[in-house]
Amino acid sequence: MEHHLKTPLYRDDILDLKCGDVVYLSGTILTARDEAHARMLEYNEKVEKLPFSLDGAVIYHCGPLMKQIENGWEVVAAGPTTSARMISMTPSLLDLYDVHVLIGKGGMDGLSASFEGRCIYLAYTGGCAALAARAIKKVKTFHWPDLGMAEGVWELEVENFGPLIVGMDAIENDLFSNIKEKAKGLIG
Amino acid sequence: MSESFSYEDVIDGVKSAIKQAQTVLPKDVVQALEKAEKSESEDVAKSHLQAILKNVSIAKEKSIPMCQDTGIFIFKVEIGRNIVLPFNLEEALREALRQATLEIPLRPNAVHPITRHNSNDNTGVGLPDIKYSFIDEDELRVTVVPKGAGSENMSVLKMMNPTEVNSIDDFILESVFNAGGKPCPPVIVGVGVGGSFDKSAILAKTSLLRDVQDMDEEELHLLRRINSLGIGPMGMGGDTTALAVHINKAHCHTASLPVAINIQCWANRHSTVVFRRGSQWNII
Repeated sequence: MEHHLKTPLYRDDILDLKCGDVVYLSGTILTARDEAHARMLEYNEKVEKLPFSLDGAVIYHCGPLMKQIENGWEVVAAGPTTSARMISMTPSLLDLYDVHVLIGKGGMDGLSASFEGRCIYLAYTGGCAALAARAIKKVKTFHWPDLGMAEGVWELEVENFGPLIVGMDAIENDLFSNIKEKAKGLIG
Repeated sequence: MSESFSYEDVIDGVKSAIKQAQTVLPKDVVQALEKAEKSESEDVAKSHLQAILKNVSIAKEKSIPMCQDTGIFIFKVEIGRNIVLPFNLEEALREALRQATLEIPLRPNAVHPITRHNSNDNTGVGLPDIKYSFIDEDELRVTVVPKGAGSENMSVLKMMNPTEVNSIDDFILESVFNAGGKPCPPVIVGVGVGGSFDKSAILAKTSLLRDVQDMDEEELHLLRRINSLGIGPMGMGGDTTALAVHINKAHCHTASLPVAINIQCWANRHSTVVFRRGSQWNII
């Protein structure tokens, strides 16, 4: 099944999506990887307000390659990074903020239970950074530039960003784990 | 023995090789991906392979990096024994990388291992990683190998017992299984068997420079075993988990059996520039 979705996305928008479904996203997405996750959690502990809103936000595990131009930034290449590095920080992120959609590659082993009833994981094809850049129409803001180009938070406006494949849905299905479970049987 | 190319020529040629490696996937790899896409039986896998091929053609056409992770850099430098280099070759390579970072551009990926401070120009202590060797040909060759972290992080090295020779294949299979979708499959599995702790890793990494189709019976057998696991492109199922298995070997100590596995994502990027007398340089 193919879905065309617009951000912001809340709990009710994602509950019907199933593993294997194809999604195209339009609207705003926020990049965040290791350092940004750590800081988002740190901010909450300090009860400070984030410089961006995570209300209905879509988080893209991505450290883009950007080029500074006269009036801001231009996206050169922006494919997904390995989501597994964010596994330990994600349950807290979902507890603290109203985030229901994550985009990345490689899956997030062991998070099915945390996702239940509230979050889905969309897989973008790893390495397809030139293709992804084509669907990014505008760089809205660059937050936390002190973290650097890859680790800072980029607020991006996208149009028909995809194809994204539902790799983990909100009813505890995890395509990555299913595939691994089958493969495990073949290794012996 | 006259000097025929300069410090500036090396900078220009190496920069051009860096751009080629980042923007144009070698033909043998593209062909392997096209073949996989045609024969793939799973829809999700087919969709990933189509996205990859589309991405490769956009990157080439627009001359932009195919992956946002433009990697860290390994330079394989082969020096003809009659070549005279009256300038600092290492400095020329570093300068080429600094300029390429701004001009192509490349993502600044080089950070201090502990403070994580980013040098912002892709150079640093020990980076780029430059490996020198000597050749008989009357030329200087620089092979540029950008390596992304997604696949590099899934690499493993094991000092096996000499009596475990028959377990090498299982170790390789397990390593690919453990990596799952993380290293951006379909992968190329580079294996180094023998040598020493460090040598086995170098063997594994340099095996990735072989033509993707260049496999013997042993390697083809392992490739079939890996693909039978059904991990597939991006770990979401399918017929193609790996495009190739390349095993390079070296003699080792009688008490040792080092086995290194360097996993390479589908973007097996590399490019070689040759500097010859009488001409400035050529990308081959």
